[in-house]
Amino acid sequence: MAERNIRVLLAKPGLDGHDRGAKVVAHAMREAGMEIIYTGLHQTVASIVNQAVQEDVDVIGLSIMSGAHIPICKKLMGMIKDQGLEDKLVVVGGVIPNKDIPVLKELGVSGVFPGGTYFDDIVKFIKENAARN
Amino acid sequence: MGVATYIKDEKDAIKEVILQSGIKVKPFYTPDDLARIGFDYKKDLGDTGEFPFTRSIHPLGFRSRNWTTRQYTGFGTPEETNERFKLMISHGQTGLNVAFDLPTQMGYDSDDEMAEGEVGRVGMAVDSLRDFEIAFKDIQLNRIGAGLTINAVASVMLAMYQSVAEGFGYKKAEISATPQNDILKEIVGRGAWIYPVEPAVRLIGDSIEYAMKELPRCNPVSICGYHIRESGCTPAQEISYAFLIAFAYMDNVIARGYTAEEFVGRFSFNLNIYGNLWETVAKFRAARKLWATLLRERYGVQNKKALFLRGIFGGGGSGMTKQQPENNIVRGAYYALAAALSGAQTTALCSFDEAYTIPTERAALLSLRTFQILMDEIGLRDTVDPLAGSYFMETLTREMEEKILEEMEKVEKMGGMVEAVASGYVQREVGRQAYEFERKLQAGEVTKVGVNKYTEGVDMEVELHEYNEEWARLQIERLRELKKERDNRAVSDSLKALKKAAQGQENVMPYLVDCCKGYATVGEMANVFRDVFGEYKEPGIF
Repeated sequence: MAERNIRVLLAKPGLDGHDRGAKVVAHAMREAGMEIIYTGLHQTVASIVNQAVQEDVDVIGLSIMSGAHIPICKKLMGMIKDQGLEDKLVVVGGVIPNKDIPVLKELGVSGVFPGGTYFDDIVKFIKENAARN
Repeated sequence: MGVATYIKDEKDAIKEVILQSGIKVKPFYTPDDLARIGFDYKKDLGDTGEFPFTRSIHPLGFRSRNWTTRQYTGFGTPEETNERFKLMISHGQTGLNVAFDLPTQMGYDSDDEMAEGEVGRVGMAVDSLRDFEIAFKDIQLNRIGAGLTINAVASVMLAMYQSVAEGFGYKKAEISATPQNDILKEIVGRGAWIYPVEPAVRLIGDSIEYAMKELPRCNPVSICGYHIRESGCTPAQEISYAFLIAFAYMDNVIARGYTAEEFVGRFSFNLNIYGNLWETVAKFRAARKLWATLLRERYGVQNKKALFLRGIFGGGGSGMTKQQPENNIVRGAYYALAAALSGAQTTALCSFDEAYTIPTERAALLSLRTFQILMDEIGLRDTVDPLAGSYFMETLTREMEEKILEEMEKVEKMGGMVEAVASGYVQREVGRQAYEFERKLQAGEVTKVGVNKYTEGVDMEVELHEYNEEWARLQIERLRELKKERDNRAVSDSLKALKKAAQGQENVMPYLVDCCKGYATVGEMANVFRDVFGEYKEPGIF
């Protein structure tokens, strides 16, 4: 069976409207051969999970600049567990202090990419870690 | 972001400099360059304070009037915001620049499900007039101006500002508020939109029309090229898009039977300072000249003061880095220098911690001191437009002018800014520039000190303004009490009257003032508009 491209749902949860980072990363991932579904702004966690199921993505990427990354990820990981979607790789980017990275990993977030992370590092991480059928 | 592209030879000598706006800089400039562009002092510059205001809008610039400094402040509860306001005023700050939290910006009350985890996080939470009464307590609202960083519900917040001032005994004619009130730039670059483009522009028209008649010292709209630049566009595009947005709002008001002359003098701009020093200075000189010229030519504006490009020119956050954050103190000082050489009247500087969070007290104070050092110590107030007549600066100013017009023309061919935003063209163009820059940065084609060159391998943690869950609890409690205490029948009547105005053609502002004075909440008023106008849907722009 031919290997399909990695499908990524790139999401902007919450009210924060700074989407430059999300769009720039979306561009880079698409150039790296991934399929990107971008949710647009102001998404609830529930709607992100629904879209991830509907679009049958391998990766859920969240872009969070408001500082609310911990409560948002807590909620997302809870819903992922409830719905048995643990096969999906969850990564988070944005304004994330270093000290919060272990907290996010503890919650089950696989990759954390603070602002300034190189495209190559993000792409490499996703290619190595996304579960593909 | 913001640095030029340098093409170098193997010995590190610069072969070519290409500014972000796409202009090439030559190794040196001579009188021949001025001859080539047909430089004419009267036509291109004029004396300071004279048309076309390239040099300055005031004849004596900083000599007659020191900078108004307006650092972005506001967080957590209205009580804390009030304390910070008073602190900054006691340190010599001359204007307020109010930050609201995201639920307030998006028209949700603190107890709304959508507000969870966000109450007071990036600014002050405002649910009702009661919060404004706390935030502006003991501040002389007839003497100090307030910038309000609010857009989708700017009309609501302008009405609330009038209400708080009147409640304190000030007259509405003496207060000076500058709400951002620029929804097109939210859609292009900042994301805090609620309503579809057309009704959103109508609300802006309503507030401009109302301010024209009732709030003569308020600046009802502050057009923000700033955020579009932050989202990735070039300096030339920043000015082009800002002017086109201004025209879109003007056209809405003119269609109501007014002339631009009657209201455009109260427009102000929020423009970005960072990146290449020369390009920045040329950008502002060209912008002042073009704004005056276009208003005169296209809109027949004659009144001299109405031709002024007024506004806040401030240091851009995306120039700041979280790597080696102390470097941002140095960057900030040079952005302030650029602001001074550009003839900024009001300015704000991103604090060194802004790459990470809203400014801490120490960082905000340091920015204020930066301005004070420039103005009070090293002589930036000595003379107006000191770079005038420079072969290089005058040539570059002309080239910027041409670039700005070229970018404007592209959008005008599509039918103007409303159409170009609705179709997603501007968002796509800005996103493309952002990606292009980031790619160059990561490839080392442009230099950012401490980021992709001269790195120390240590990514310092900066001081974060921690989120306090108590803020939400307090706000929600206050909101509950309010809903018990206020005259709920009067609130409901005022909201019904607002709805009727929104459904028709009437100006909604007087109705908003009634709602605010009766302690209707921001969420209640915003939801009236949600019911009537619906919500904006992002075009598939990616």
